Amino acid sequence: MSTDLAPPLLEITDLTVEFATRRGIVRAVQNVNISVGRGETLGIVGESGSGKSVTSFAAMRILDRAGRIAGGSVVYSGIDVAAAPESEMQDLRGREMSMIFQNPRAALNPIRRVGQQIEDVLIRHVQATRATAKEKAIAMLERVRIARPQERYDAYPFELSGGMCQRIVIALALACKPRLLIADEPTTGLDVTTQKAVMELMVELTRESAMSTILITHDLGLAATYCDRVVVMQKGAVVEEAPARQIFSAPAHPYTRKLMRATPRPGAGLRDLLPEDAPQEGAPQSPAAQARAGEPLLQVENLVKEYPRPSAASFAAKLLGRKGEDKPAFRAVDGISFEVRRGETLGLVGESGCGKSTTSMILMRLLDPTSGRVTFGGQDITAIPARDFAAHPLRHKIQMVFQDPTDSLNPRFTAARAIADPILRAGRMGARDEVRARCEELARLVGFPADLLDRLPHQLSGGQKARVGIARALALDPDLVVLDEPTAALDVSVQAVVLNLLEDLKQRLGMSYLFVSHDLHVVRLLCDRVAVMRGGRIIETGSAEEVLERPREAYTRELIDAIPRPPA
Amino acid sequence: MLQIVARRLMVAIPSLIGVVIVTFLLTRVLPGDTASYFAGPAATPAAIAEVKKQLGLDRSLPEQFVSYVVALGQGDLGTSLSTGRPVSTELKARLPASAELTLLALLLSLTIAIPLGIMAAVRQDSWVDHLCRIVTTAGVSLPVFFTGLLFVYAFYFLLGWSPAPLGRLDVFFSPPPERTGFYLIDSLLARDGETFRAALAQLILPTVTLAVFSLAPIARITRASMLSVLSSDFVRTARASGLSGPTVVMTYAFRNALLPVVTTLGMVFSFLLGANVLVEKVFAWPGVGSYAVEALLVSDFAPVQGFVLAMAILYVLINLMIDLLYGLIDPRVKVEG
Amino acid sequence: MSALAEKPAAQAQSAAGLSATLRHARYVVRENPVTALSFGLFVLFLVSAVFGPWLVPHDPLASNTSAALQAPSARYWFGTDQLGRDIFSRVVVATRLDMWIATASVALVFVMGGLAGVAAGYYGGWIDRVVGRVSDTIMAFPLFVLAMGIVAALGNTVTNIIIATAIVNFPLYARLARSEANIRRDAGFVHAARLSGNSEPRILFTQVLPNVMPLMMVQMSLTMGYAILNAAGLSFIGLGVRPPMPEWGIMVAEGAAFIVSGEWWIALFPGLTLMLAVFCFNLLGDGLRDIVDPQRRT
Repeated sequence: MSTDLAPPLLEITDLTVEFATRRGIVRAVQNVNISVGRGETLGIVGESGSGKSVTSFAAMRILDRAGRIAGGSVVYSGIDVAAAPESEMQDLRGREMSMIFQNPRAALNPIRRVGQQIEDVLIRHVQATRATAKEKAIAMLERVRIARPQERYDAYPFELSGGMCQRIVIALALACKPRLLIADEPTTGLDVTTQKAVMELMVELTRESAMSTILITHDLGLAATYCDRVVVMQKGAVVEEAPARQIFSAPAHPYTRKLMRATPRPGAGLRDLLPEDAPQEGAPQSPAAQARAGEPLLQVENLVKEYPRPSAASFAAKLLGRKGEDKPAFRAVDGISFEVRRGETLGLVGESGCGKSTTSMILMRLLDPTSGRVTFGGQDITAIPARDFAAHPLRHKIQMVFQDPTDSLNPRFTAARAIADPILRAGRMGARDEVRARCEELARLVGFPADLLDRLPHQLSGGQKARVGIARALALDPDLVVLDEPTAALDVSVQAVVLNLLEDLKQRLGMSYLFVSHDLHVVRLLCDRVAVMRGGRIIETGSAEEVLERPREAYTRELIDAIPRPPA
Repeated sequence: MLQIVARRLMVAIPSLIGVVIVTFLLTRVLPGDTASYFAGPAATPAAIAEVKKQLGLDRSLPEQFVSYVVALGQGDLGTSLSTGRPVSTELKARLPASAELTLLALLLSLTIAIPLGIMAAVRQDSWVDHLCRIVTTAGVSLPVFFTGLLFVYAFYFLLGWSPAPLGRLDVFFSPPPERTGFYLIDSLLARDGETFRAALAQLILPTVTLAVFSLAPIARITRASMLSVLSSDFVRTARASGLSGPTVVMTYAFRNALLPVVTTLGMVFSFLLGANVLVEKVFAWPGVGSYAVEALLVSDFAPVQGFVLAMAILYVLINLMIDLLYGLIDPRVKVEG
Repeated sequence: MSALAEKPAAQAQSAAGLSATLRHARYVVRENPVTALSFGLFVLFLVSAVFGPWLVPHDPLASNTSAALQAPSARYWFGTDQLGRDIFSRVVVATRLDMWIATASVALVFVMGGLAGVAAGYYGGWIDRVVGRVSDTIMAFPLFVLAMGIVAALGNTVTNIIIATAIVNFPLYARLARSEANIRRDAGFVHAARLSGNSEPRILFTQVLPNVMPLMMVQMSLTMGYAILNAAGLSFIGLGVRPPMPEWGIMVAEGAAFIVSGEWWIALFPGLTLMLAVFCFNLLGDGLRDIVDPQRRT
């Protein structure tokens, strides 16, 4: 524990970091003060662009070429990091302070055995000799709970799962028993259940040896669960710093409050996510929609999608007279059935690879199923091949909002052109003015400023792009909109706004949603009913409240528990 | 390992088949009467008919193709009109001269270009980087036959440092006893220092000419791939673990950056085998390229076709070796297959 | 870090499209004077190609044995060759032929390779296999050697040089277009276009092709240089262009014999011009890439 008497392990004073860009000098971090005590776990929380990662890179002096520490000081255990010679810094890195990165697979050398990568660090810091390195590396693999460490020593990163790669990165970082560990979004990109295992492993190992930790994250829940003290950053500056308990019970700074509110959490409704001063009234439900609510709109029966497994022993092996063992086809979707009623939102939840995206692609008629039936408004739409569905009248009635707003907009089309595309294709309107008026109406509907309609996607922010995507999906008055993780690429505060917008639109226009997501907290906010998918099957269905409060399946329970919760 | 070699061979075979088909088509689409070309300008109609029969041109295309492939299988590439000798014999005799020149040039450009590319990437925007940029931009713009001529003018005519650009060895020397066909190696094996020096003196200018030409793509790709690898996540991990500069640059960055470089080697060989023809012409080098050019000037087509086919087969084999080399460096290849 | 990523949106101006591109082009030219220089050179070559025959001081074909092998002077700027022809006039007039060969072959391969590659990448299936096999077969040859073989077989004409140059460049274009189209086949905006009711060919032409185009244009200006070199190389070994027609490659070949006896100007000036032309196109290509590259565009 840190006491007032002992000097902090890492003291960042008045730090300013600048990047040389084409548009001149950009200050990524400005006058930041952060200190980390011995044995303390400090959380640095902020949205993208807050400068939280840059701060930590500066602490280890591994900023990329364009960046430099322009002012202030970083002192690690009495050593001035900004001024120390490079050789001394190299001795510090890995031995005194280590770092864990997001995207673990990319963080490992793809063409070097993972065991050797651990050895490199051990030998560099004279923690092992060539003779003992292998033994120690394997011991390290064992410590991060890699099963069969002897074999895995020889593995390459591409042969391991994301979670396992992150364990290797942790082994690499902790191999020389450093006193400070910096973890930069260590669980981003991992599945929720893996996230929890990785975080717990990290905490256990650092506690064991009384290590100090800096946890950098965008996730307030994560910071609340694992940190002693939290620093909140916004636009390159620290806006608030307090013990974890205090920052969540009584956030002082308006930005912290906004962030707190925007984070989905148990007990909070959709409206609660918006800033306090936001208008609170929801949209009235359209009477026509109300009248038909509850009728089945989409029915899925025994849907199966198989992909042939690429046999490793191919052409060459056949010629060599070897028989490739015929593996059974891979079933991405394995006989699922469910229905979506008019006016309802169904959540389709599962971890990556569970088949939820394949399912949504089939429902959108972008992909043909192997077998099974999808009825939409009483009509069998699987009877029409995906190739010909573009010309079908029902095409207008099923639309989609995509996961990545940037990827889903043609970089060469303006916002107006993107929104107008479905209108023009449907051929309902001919006159330019009419189309333009409809675009403006849609823009108003989704809260997209009309004066930005002539901008290209790269001139819009993430939230604005998301709104364009939504406007395009609504252009033809669909009955069903599939929302494929529509907020996964957005910051929490933007997510809160977009989720509210989606709910409002549903009420106003009387559509149904199929909400595909891995995030149960978000699902709870928006969905009436939830279906949980695993391994291509639906393992549990029920009302949102039932599934989240009283899950029947152990796996569902695990999914719910894995999500870090900020204190309510 | 054996399986990988077998698999790569399977990939090379369709290329070889393609090459044979294309060269066959090229021999048969000669405009005008192929037979009269082969019979020579002064041939009588009877002689042309005779040649036609001899060449099998009176038969159907599939039949012609079969006999073409059968002949190929026996190493028969036809006979040169101007010298009267079998094309395959001539090519075999001249190949070492071309190979010695090309390989030496490749070796030279690799030893310069790779360190240059690495240094340019490691010290971005330093003088090395600027030098690299100039070399790569200028290198790809230089017509190789023109640089060769400039070198001859400067080092032979003006400075007199270099012997006359006339072949592999000065007329006063006799070639060393043939073992490999490479004069440098043969003269060393024969412990003949003077012949070695004379052969080297002849080799320097054409080698440098070719090397300057092939340097550019290698340096360019080395720099580019080093830059992208150096900014990758795993290099940051290596740096954050305190690994020293040389370890990061060589063990971590360079081995990864080498992958695109090896891929580019195929392209570089393609350039080299083409440029070789031009350089051989400038330096009167008695290799396969000048053999083809000489034949071209007298409308003697069998050597040209033999040359194209031989170069293509050679190139397919080179690509096969490059593929195998790639597999040695990148463990991921084994799985993907 | 991401502070930079936020910028483009914040700094964006309402004027989109063309004017932004122009602004960016101005920026590139200002930042990179070499690009401006190469553009100037390009204009010079263009003028020589169009107006060359009317601008030159002497008849490029007229021989004058009394003035043979004269070194550069005020009268003959680049000297005269073994037949007494003015090298300066020949170099200028040759521009048209060399440019025509390069432009025609690049335009030809741009259309063929681009369409084949985009279709292969977008549709996959048998089109992909056929285009891939054709590319692989061409790539199995050393390119210049294949060009030699093609011109030798088809006949010794300028048209055949154009065809041969286009054929050897085919894989380069087809592969680039294929991979660019392939990446976009499953892009969100292409799926979105399907949901809007666009037919597949329509998506190919309105969504995919315009996004592949800029890179193809860069490729075009980068291969212009190679096409000029290729054509000059072929005529240097006596293929395609025949004397006395002025062409840079053949003029260097004619001057080669005189280098060893010290008449350097015969080969030097056409060679230098050739080099400058290739250099100019390579630099222009690099500059164009900077303009087109979305990474660097704001």
